[in-house]
Amino acid sequence: MLVVIVALLVVPAAAALICLRAPAAAAQAVTAASGVACFGLVLALVPAASRRDLNYLSYLRVDAISVVFLLATGFLYACVAVYCVGYLARARSDPGFSAHSRRFYAGLNLFAWAMLAAPMMSSLALLWVAVEVTTVISALLIAIEDTDGAAEAAWKYVLIASAGLGLALLATVFAYYAGAQVLGQSYNLDFGPLLQVSGQLPHTPVRLAFGLAVLGFGTKMGLVPVHTWLPDAHSEAPTPVSALLSGSLLAVSFYAILRYYQVATAALGPRFPRDVLLVFGVASLLLAALYLLEQRDVKRMLAYSSIEHMGILAIGVSFGAPIALAGVLLHVLAHAAAKGNAFMGAGVIVTKFATKRISQVSGGLDLLPWSGPLFLLSVLALGAMPPFGIFRSEFEIVAGGLASGGNIASAILIVLVTLAFLGLAATTNRMLLMPRAAQVPEPVPARVASGGADGHSPPPALQRGEPSAWMVVPVAAGALALLVLGVHPPAELTGLLARAVHQLSGAA
Amino acid sequence: MAAVAAPSVFSGGANVVAVGVLLAEFGMFRQALLRDQVRLYAAQSALISVLAVIVAAARHLPELYVLAGLSAALKVVIVPILLRRLLRGTGRDSGEHGWTDIAGSGALSLASTVLLAIAVAAFGFFSVGALAIRSPVLPVTALAISVSVALVAFVLMIIRRDVASQAIGFFSLENAISLTALVVAAGLPFILEVAFLFDLLVVVVVFGLLIRVHHGRAESLSTADLTSLRG
Repeated sequence: MLVVIVALLVVPAAAALICLRAPAAAAQAVTAASGVACFGLVLALVPAASRRDLNYLSYLRVDAISVVFLLATGFLYACVAVYCVGYLARARSDPGFSAHSRRFYAGLNLFAWAMLAAPMMSSLALLWVAVEVTTVISALLIAIEDTDGAAEAAWKYVLIASAGLGLALLATVFAYYAGAQVLGQSYNLDFGPLLQVSGQLPHTPVRLAFGLAVLGFGTKMGLVPVHTWLPDAHSEAPTPVSALLSGSLLAVSFYAILRYYQVATAALGPRFPRDVLLVFGVASLLLAALYLLEQRDVKRMLAYSSIEHMGILAIGVSFGAPIALAGVLLHVLAHAAAKGNAFMGAGVIVTKFATKRISQVSGGLDLLPWSGPLFLLSVLALGAMPPFGIFRSEFEIVAGGLASGGNIASAILIVLVTLAFLGLAATTNRMLLMPRAAQVPEPVPARVASGGADGHSPPPALQRGEPSAWMVVPVAAGALALLVLGVHPPAELTGLLARAVHQLSGAA
Repeated sequence: MAAVAAPSVFSGGANVVAVGVLLAEFGMFRQALLRDQVRLYAAQSALISVLAVIVAAARHLPELYVLAGLSAALKVVIVPILLRRLLRGTGRDSGEHGWTDIAGSGALSLASTVLLAIAVAAFGFFSVGALAIRSPVLPVTALAISVSVALVAFVLMIIRRDVASQAIGFFSLENAISLTALVVAAGLPFILEVAFLFDLLVVVVVFGLLIRVHHGRAESLSTADLTSLRG
């Protein structure tokens, strides 16, 4: 397995280096190959990680929890890498396209590399470094479209996320302090030994470390009230980057919180960490549900949906019951597929209608024969409709909440998820099902209009048809994955999730 | 009533240096020129390296000498030079050397800002006392001061309305965390400390690039125009 793990670190990094020098066509082929190869490599890790923890070269550690997050990133990386072939094709005639595509593909591969590296780090310090690297790379990717909105979003993102990660670094320092009290001053912040001695750790520094980790990594995860960068960054980034930000990056930050949760639960007992996560989770879900009712920008709408789902994850962990934890881990995978699909579908809509404003989009189902229905399915999946994976995961989370005595929290979760779905459904109905002739024009501020088409010129006419088949295939793959996760998850995956739940429950 | 022992020369010296770090943070509020803020940042970083050398000598931690040297090379020399290069010529009021006047970029008056920062610093200082965390290498007062510096750095980032001051606020937050790490994590493995420093270098470059992107579009360092994304 060492070869597979090293390959996961080498392949996207090598792809990034190649893309820096290669022509656009070669860069897109290399990126697509790297994405698919990385997903294959992650799949190869599943059987081994379902049985044991994999420790290599002192600094690499892969267990079942890591592989769940690697699966989410690997799958989205592959989908997005293929999607980019169609996404960038429309800008091929733009001046400076060659340099732009080199920067874009190199950044995309590096971004994926950092997100794949983070869950494989054995040390909490290196985990922090990897998450920080994801921040700086993604900030540059957000700014790459070179619009006013992109520059504003990138600055807000890098400043707020870096400040949050400053708190996460403090959490790392206090985790070292706690570990050094038991393991000695030469303790190297390895997660495994820390978890083994967690019962002997002093409580105050562990409390501090957990609280700071939730606040710090929670800033990157999009937990309210430290979420303010998220809607701006997700809406202004190029669509493939938005998909990775939402489906993978938020999950990687959640992974970091889960590691601190494991230590805190073992050291302090479940009450404190679960209460903290419940407060942040409910606040996130509440704010997102309310904002989803009144959105005017399709990508901002999906960004608030991401905050909603991060809130669901936090609430799910706070329930603590094994079935809720299984639901949380399944939710990470299903949300990656559903939100990746929704953003990629939104990218097709933005390309077709040359605007992100919801009021300017209608008749999508007629005009986009494949992407229209697929986007509709993605939104239904995000709203936890059966038979998709998010239905199964949220069902498990609520079942876990009821089983653990969290009746009020479960009721709040159900009400707010329903409210959020109302907002999503009403907006999607307008964009996809309302006949084009019934569109009500709305004055568009010049500033929004200029940056509203993802930085590209509109198509000459709105004729029925897809902008590119490359932008449909990965979304279809995502829909299939959602269906499989909802109807009948493979036995290997359920085995992996069972071991991950076992570890999260503190039984391993 | 129990007698209070006088602090040792080591403790007193360490606390004086830590207070110097806090004063440098306060000094950043009143600087009207970006150049002076960068200089204060370099001075603050130098003080932390001095403290690392003091700890290395007093506690016999030879790795800390190397770390202090690397930290000084990066934060006192390389980062200020990088910042100077990346920020030179930005801003509409560039002087003869291309340096920017950032006076008046605070959301509050200077007096109100300093009062707020004092209140926040005091909160940080006294709340750490309740945590019962004891350091093997430095007096716990230094930890309380480091938390105060971190909170004041947050005030700087929030109050200032120009991107360069916000960035320097973040870098000084990193200095505060370095000070905290020196107090409670002086034995942190060298390789990890180097990883943190390298990461800081990357962050500085990316901040600088984004500041230039912002300046290229807004033709100023002010964040007054960063209001189009709402809702």
